Amino acid sequence: MTGLTENLDLLTPEFALAGLAFLVLAVDLFLPEDKKHLLAWLSVAGLSGLIVLAAVMLWGEDESLYDGLLAVDDYSLFFKIFFMGMGIFIILTSIDYVKQFLDHQGEFYALILFSILGMNVMAQSRELLTAYIALELLSFCLYVLVAYARKSPRSNEGSLKYIIIGAFSSAIMLYGISMIYSTLGVTRFDDISLALVGALEVSPALWVGIALLLVGLGFKISAVPFHAWAPDAYEGAPYPVTAYLAIGSKAAAFALLLRLVAEGFVPAIDRWDQWQLIISVLAGVTMVVGNLVALAQRNVKRLMAYSSIAHAGFILAGVAALTQDSQLASNGIMLYLVGYSVTNLVVFAALIAYFNISGKEMISDMGGLAEERPFLAACIAMGMFSLGGLPIFAGFAIKFYLFTAVAEAGFLWLAGLAIFSSLISLYYYLQVIRQMYIESAPQESPPESPATGELVGLEGIPRASLAASPSILLVSVLAIALAAVLWIGVYPSPLLDTIEAASRAILPGT
Amino acid sequence: MNNFDEAALFILILVPLLGALLIMFMPKDRPKDIWYLAILVAGISLVLSLIIFARYDYGEGGFQFLRTFDWIDQPLNIDLSLGIDGISAPLILLNGIVLFGGVLISQTILHRNRDFFVLLLALGSGVFGVFAVRDLFFLFFFYELAVLPMYLLIGVWGSSTDFGTFLRTKEYGAMKLMLYLIAGSILVWIAILAVYVEASDAGVPDFSLTSLGTLAESGQFSATFQNWVFPLFMVGFGVLAGLWPFHTWSPDGHVAAPTAVSMLHAGVLMKLGAYGIIRVGLTLLPDGADAWMPVLISLGTVNVLYGAVSAMSQTDLKYVIGYSSVSHMGYVLMGIATLDRIGVGGAVLQMFSHGIMTALMFLLVGAIYDRAHIRDIHVLNGLSKRMRVTAFFFAIAGLASLGLPGLSGFIAEFMVFTGTFRTYLPLAILAVVGAALTAVYILRLLARTFLGESDEQWEHLTDGSLIEKGVGGAFVIILIFVGVWPEPMMRVINVSVDVLPGL
Repeated sequence: MTGLTENLDLLTPEFALAGLAFLVLAVDLFLPEDKKHLLAWLSVAGLSGLIVLAAVMLWGEDESLYDGLLAVDDYSLFFKIFFMGMGIFIILTSIDYVKQFLDHQGEFYALILFSILGMNVMAQSRELLTAYIALELLSFCLYVLVAYARKSPRSNEGSLKYIIIGAFSSAIMLYGISMIYSTLGVTRFDDISLALVGALEVSPALWVGIALLLVGLGFKISAVPFHAWAPDAYEGAPYPVTAYLAIGSKAAAFALLLRLVAEGFVPAIDRWDQWQLIISVLAGVTMVVGNLVALAQRNVKRLMAYSSIAHAGFILAGVAALTQDSQLASNGIMLYLVGYSVTNLVVFAALIAYFNISGKEMISDMGGLAEERPFLAACIAMGMFSLGGLPIFAGFAIKFYLFTAVAEAGFLWLAGLAIFSSLISLYYYLQVIRQMYIESAPQESPPESPATGELVGLEGIPRASLAASPSILLVSVLAIALAAVLWIGVYPSPLLDTIEAASRAILPGT
Repeated sequence: MNNFDEAALFILILVPLLGALLIMFMPKDRPKDIWYLAILVAGISLVLSLIIFARYDYGEGGFQFLRTFDWIDQPLNIDLSLGIDGISAPLILLNGIVLFGGVLISQTILHRNRDFFVLLLALGSGVFGVFAVRDLFFLFFFYELAVLPMYLLIGVWGSSTDFGTFLRTKEYGAMKLMLYLIAGSILVWIAILAVYVEASDAGVPDFSLTSLGTLAESGQFSATFQNWVFPLFMVGFGVLAGLWPFHTWSPDGHVAAPTAVSMLHAGVLMKLGAYGIIRVGLTLLPDGADAWMPVLISLGTVNVLYGAVSAMSQTDLKYVIGYSSVSHMGYVLMGIATLDRIGVGGAVLQMFSHGIMTALMFLLVGAIYDRAHIRDIHVLNGLSKRMRVTAFFFAIAGLASLGLPGLSGFIAEFMVFTGTFRTYLPLAILAVVGAALTAVYILRLLARTFLGESDEQWEHLTDGSLIEKGVGGAFVIILIFVGVWPEPMMRVINVSVDVLPGL
């Protein structure tokens, strides 16, 4: 056991990331309004540097810090690089949007950087309270980000719901943690598993504590029945923040859950059997309800919200399938997180590009997009096919891998349910594709006032603030993300090698 | 040429995909050049599939053109292993022929034709893939790849049918087809996972058909397991093969689709389902197949009769052919279900023969519809006066489909009947009744549409274009060639049918 501060240098990337966020805040004070977008580029440059730094410095490292509160291993490195990479792309997709529709640009990027810090710590914490604090850092940033469109009532409503339910779920989680501590006397994941293995009899209070902890995490990953906040928050949030909710925060919550389950519960085999069943039921309900309710959506943001709930159900099925002697399920979860995030990035980047030029977000508005903007339509269509689980896109490979892992762990029924609900999901993904490719453009109502004063879309955005065509930046982001989707769909092997190493850090196997 | 053999199948799958990629980057305001490029790509595919078929050594038999690529490693080990036998070789040739024909006659598609050819070639690649792989994962991968483009192909370029009282829109046909096929494929997916888990319990966690086949031969799959997994494969693949009562997507989808897509879909894609039942079902689960064959052959018989009766009552030319496809796929299913080497051999030949025949029919109907803008057989009459060659080709295709000796359909159906006579006598009689019903609706259609007096309104019709005549003529020659001299086809098919387990 090392001292508390002995190898503190391993946390350099985190300290640097916090410094970067403060730097962005500070520079913001001195930049004139028309140069604020430089902050985005500063953040992107900083994050890129940090990715290189983390990769060079921490490659193959397997240490724990602060007496086992934080782990610097392949698992946390994998997620660090993943989160920072996703952060870069989220910032790149938001530059145009923020410039066109939001004010206070500097804080926007700083908040994203702070939330990435929270996510990084979540992936490497192996103790309940540390994890809780990291989760709160992420959540607080997100509360502000969701409300960032200050003048939009929907943004405020979504954020309010998100804050109330988020605070509520945090409280539940904290209560659960306190009950676990009161019965076992420990909060470190490995101590929990040791205590569970050693205990002859488990007090009901511990069961309640673990249940409350899972409920709290269930809110964060928006598992049914704890999902009600998600559609409103997704709909109200500014578009890039919606993308960030779907891509970043969900993956971070799963990174935490995966390490907690793998290190804390799975080693206690007898007890894990019972929890597996509960989680698998939760997963089944989540995927079915998410997909069924998504069928009725007319707003593309809400559609993506329910789709992300359904996908959380798939990943949760992978969590239920974790076993001591095989990395298959944890590989599957990580592969799914990467593939799902990259696919979502394609969809959202294209939707944001569409919003920047049209100000619209209803599915029915997207008629004729394939004629007007073939590239955007093709990106959305490929993203939707990928989310629906069709080859040659990432969605097929990741689903096949994950569902095989679920079946292999003895949950063939759950894999079957997941496959079946994938079919349901294909229907609503196809509806979007149908709108873009088969329907023709909706008839524009003639402008009542001169073009300058005209408002468009749900948000009532002045037409003057719309862009004429998608920026080169967004198009390049789309091209890169699309290439990644195809790469994961056709040849995921190199990615899987990295994931395998990360898996071994939390599940050494037998 | 040894190097060629190793790379041939990989190139065959890759050529249409790369062609699609290339076309994606063509400027969209040059539809003619896009069409030329698509012809070139499909032409290369056709030549490759011809060479592969010709170079398949029927004396040696077994799987040839073998090649394995590592795809992902442990713990989930999946390789891309390629190889074809005498059952897949004719089907690869079939896909090459129909794809080339379909691209050629798509000259008339000018609206967004770049997207059209990208999707059509992706479909072709998927079909080649299914026939060429020796691995459950990639079989499923390419199976889905072949289904994926259908929605847009039908939805964007298809046509709606007005029935007077109601309208069958192309969106309806496209969505119905897509949901049915994906619903079928989820059964297949679940069954694949079940096989994997079972094999993994037996110590061989693998998707490779070769090692799973070895496992099946050594009796590692228990009878109970086989009995509950086989129906998943049977129904799952069966949906794509038009198995009654899951066939209703097929007429609606085929009618809504543009001509080239109908050709490929009825001609080749439906064969994927039947092929899947043979390749996966019969090979891996022989006991399950044995137990479920009475069900399959009964459903197949219903297919034959139900399809034929439905075709008789249709008034839309394309629906008649759509239902006749359902009926003819019934023979394929019956042939497979006999588990008799003549019956199964007949089923495989029927797949090839029906593929060419039905593609030809859809081509000709498309040619008529393009000119007359109507497909109602009560309205169309005496077309042979104006469209002499089209009418002649249609007559040949129709006669092949009702099983006239000297055309390919006769040999195939005769073999299926023989196989059925040896196993399920009463059903064989019903199947022959089905063939008689085919004669009724085909001859009725020929008489109504092509013979007799011609209305004045059809005076302006012109015969098929040079391309339509050329492609149609080639198909007719194939039908006659296989009908007169089936040996080159049969010796390839038989060498692999003979070694199927459970026959």
